[in-house]
Amino acid sequence: MREVRLSVNGRPVTARVEPRTTLADFIRERALLTGTHLGCEHGVCGACTVLLDGVAVRSCLLLAVQAEGAEVTTVEALAGDAGLHPLQDALHRHHGLQCGFCTSGILMSLAELWPRRDQVSRDEIIDCLGGHLCRCTGYVGIVRAAEDAFGLPAGDRG
Amino acid sequence: MSEVDPSRPLVGQPVRRVEDARLLRGRGRFVADLSPIAGIHHAAVVRSPHAHARVGAVDASAALALEGVIAVVTPDDARRLLRPFGVGVGGAEPYWPLALDTARYAGEPVAVVVARDRYVAEDAADLVAVDYEPLAPVLDVEAGRVVSDRSFRYGDPDAAFAAAAHRVEASFRFPRYSSTPIECYAVVAEWDAAAGEATVWSNFHGPFVMQPLIAASLGIPENRLRLVVPADIGGSFGIKSGVYAYIPLIALASRLAGVPVRWTADRWEDLVASQAGTDRLTRAAAAVDAEGRILGLRLEILDDVGAHLRPPEPATLYRCFGNLVGPYAVEHLAVEARAVLTNRPPTGLNRGFGGQQLYFTLERLVEMVGRRVGLDRVEVRRRNLIPAQHMPYRTPTGGVYDSGDYPALLDTLLREGDHTGMLAERDRLRRAGRLAGVGMAMIVDPSGTNLGYIDLARTPEERGRGLGKSGCTESATLTMDPMGGVRLRIATAPEGQGHETVAAQIVADALGVPMAAVRVDPSIDTASQVWNVSSGSYSSRFAPIVASAIHRACAALRERILAIAAEILEVDAADLELVGGGVRARGSDRAVPLRRVAGVAHWDPGALPPGVEPLLSVTASFSSELARSPAGDDTVDSSICYGGVGGLCLVDIDPDTCAVTLLRYASVHDSGRILNPLLADGQVAGALAHGLGGALYEELAYDPDGNPLTTSFMDYLCPTVREMPELRIHHLRGDTDFVPSRAKGIGEGTCMAAPAAIASAVTDALSGHGVEVTELPVHGGRIWEWLHTRERGEP
Repeated sequence: MREVRLSVNGRPVTARVEPRTTLADFIRERALLTGTHLGCEHGVCGACTVLLDGVAVRSCLLLAVQAEGAEVTTVEALAGDAGLHPLQDALHRHHGLQCGFCTSGILMSLAELWPRRDQVSRDEIIDCLGGHLCRCTGYVGIVRAAEDAFGLPAGDRG
Repeated sequence: MSEVDPSRPLVGQPVRRVEDARLLRGRGRFVADLSPIAGIHHAAVVRSPHAHARVGAVDASAALALEGVIAVVTPDDARRLLRPFGVGVGGAEPYWPLALDTARYAGEPVAVVVARDRYVAEDAADLVAVDYEPLAPVLDVEAGRVVSDRSFRYGDPDAAFAAAAHRVEASFRFPRYSSTPIECYAVVAEWDAAAGEATVWSNFHGPFVMQPLIAASLGIPENRLRLVVPADIGGSFGIKSGVYAYIPLIALASRLAGVPVRWTADRWEDLVASQAGTDRLTRAAAAVDAEGRILGLRLEILDDVGAHLRPPEPATLYRCFGNLVGPYAVEHLAVEARAVLTNRPPTGLNRGFGGQQLYFTLERLVEMVGRRVGLDRVEVRRRNLIPAQHMPYRTPTGGVYDSGDYPALLDTLLREGDHTGMLAERDRLRRAGRLAGVGMAMIVDPSGTNLGYIDLARTPEERGRGLGKSGCTESATLTMDPMGGVRLRIATAPEGQGHETVAAQIVADALGVPMAAVRVDPSIDTASQVWNVSSGSYSSRFAPIVASAIHRACAALRERILAIAAEILEVDAADLELVGGGVRARGSDRAVPLRRVAGVAHWDPGALPPGVEPLLSVTASFSSELARSPAGDDTVDSSICYGGVGGLCLVDIDPDTCAVTLLRYASVHDSGRILNPLLADGQVAGALAHGLGGALYEELAYDPDGNPLTTSFMDYLCPTVREMPELRIHHLRGDTDFVPSRAKGIGEGTCMAAPAAIASAVTDALSGHGVEVTELPVHGGRIWEWLHTRERGEP
């Protein structure tokens, strides 16, 4: 067992865990934030994506011990008192989610791009979304939402 | 993006979803997020590494010696404490959820380990020593044992074939794939030894006909099995209906361990041992007259249902029986329907359920008919479509098509789908050296299953001896709280379709209240709510069946509200309307708010008018009178509604790599009235992704020994955003008077049509090479093989 200290959404979380404990399990079972979902546990589907010091990572492929001292941001941090984050609001307006299981990861990947949203191209957005599997929407509403949120003209995908 | 006009009825408008508020914030509550009871331990399933093997001694001692392990369920435990699931068909053995003495597919459960956490449970699973004696597996559907075998004749197929100018025949293979919901199977089970009861939280979404089967497997009465399903399920597309088979196993683990037990499947388990759509071999023949009219069909259908005939199989054979002729006026049929056992995992529901298998065959065959008689693919279809004036149309197999104008649907498909533009683009691509093709499909989309169709697996004589099967029943419980708030309970367990939103739209319209005043709970608790064997989410039944039950519940509650308001306002109930959150006398300003009406019922029942119950809660049901058990001549109306769907598409094939790209797809629908166009289009886009996956990328593959080759998302390829085409969706202004909601299902049609449409386009693209697509998926490797085999002059 090893003590891991990190910060999740601005709050310190300390727990003694086995070194093999994944960051995803740490977030879900120690920080008790279940908005981060596990879809494949081998890094393909992207549902478990969180920000690690601002960089989008697959929390199923990292060990909690690797995140020692880092700032982790999960989907629960996006909406504030004022309401939904613009990315969340866009997904809502464009029906960019159905079951919502993949949505947290998609939001966090897009959130990585958000700080430089004025310079993000459509290709970058498609590349970003290309790292996620959604089996409900056919991606149509997700692409529209992302284009809208990033202020890009609607493309030809639907 | 169109907006919602609050002054108009909400049904029919693109209302944004109420579910989104929690899901976008990461506040959805899926089974893995629930800790419904203290002391939960974790299970890992030990699975057979062989596709076929005798299971000898199972030695759990090393596993039990590992710190943190508290129990191991062995085949002996299962034999002692469980019972097999009943199988409705004579030829098949009872189905045990654990291999007792023989493992019949690679991945079949052999033991279950219970430990402190999942990490330890998985460590311990590796320590369970099982003596296997490998046996030869059967993987060829033509070599497998037939466990359900029926022959059907409708009309006079022999005469049709004798009179035919042409006989067109071919064999078609439809692959095995799964729509792989991103959330895997998840179960938490608690065995209460004192009461002899089990409580199970899971992402099982029905059909709840399985509830009594699970209870029987556990050896307890059905009222001692409480199934709880949260409002959030991370997708299913039918796949999670198969989680039921794991419920007795995890409940048994809880019984032996003496603690509540959680099992959350991982993706490997999902791909090797959850559920897949049935792969099908069809030998088909059409009797055709000189003008290209199809007079009769012969279909010999072999469904590979895997290692067990797991209920509800062999239902894939029969789900589309009422619409076996699709949109075509074919009067004579001979059908052989067989379910075959092989050493692959069991099959079951997967979005489209029987439809994509059927229409791939039918649509390929129709195009072959066209080529034989010299008609293009549009004309051969037009010549065979059921004319609009024949609606409602009774098919030879007993389906009653409620409404639709298929020739108009075809015209609309060509126009709205931009057939001309697609052809021009195809020709431009061809001139640039590409292999490009345009394809199409026309299908009938059944919704609102009549469970009676499953009984076709038994002969009329067998059916005559016992209880009949029929029905599509659903109910809705609508309650008005003391302050006038409205609660609706439905037993649908949705997986992302937005039932809470659409149900609230219907109730808000019917009661004249804002949507925000309506709280919809679609979660399931079999111990405390009204449900029935057909409850759940499957067969696109929300729009025709569940919405109709909600309409009826609204009408019943409305009547009670009006009776109370009539007394308060001293106005005849017939002159009252529900509007603006109150009851108003038509054409006057005499009104009473709903909370006042509710107040009388809740706080002053003594003031109720005579004969009015002191309860503002109603449960109403809907079940169509068309849902009957199969008739003696084996006809059955297998679904309550039948929509029309057309698909048109353009594919591009790289001549060097043979990689296939779907460039454009148009989906045109007549699905009756559209309850929410935003959500309807979302269903169509999602269904296209599944149809596209099945046609081009997804296939659960096995090596010659039966070992699964597609065990992760690295080798089981699901479409990403890059694979989605430009999509056009168009809805005809449809209607149906067969159901009170006037709406038909819309979530499955495109995934039934797309594989056929894409196969049509690939055939068009390869037309210069003499290739006829008769199997899927058509990925680049397969096309390369076809082209190069032909070049070498091989057959």
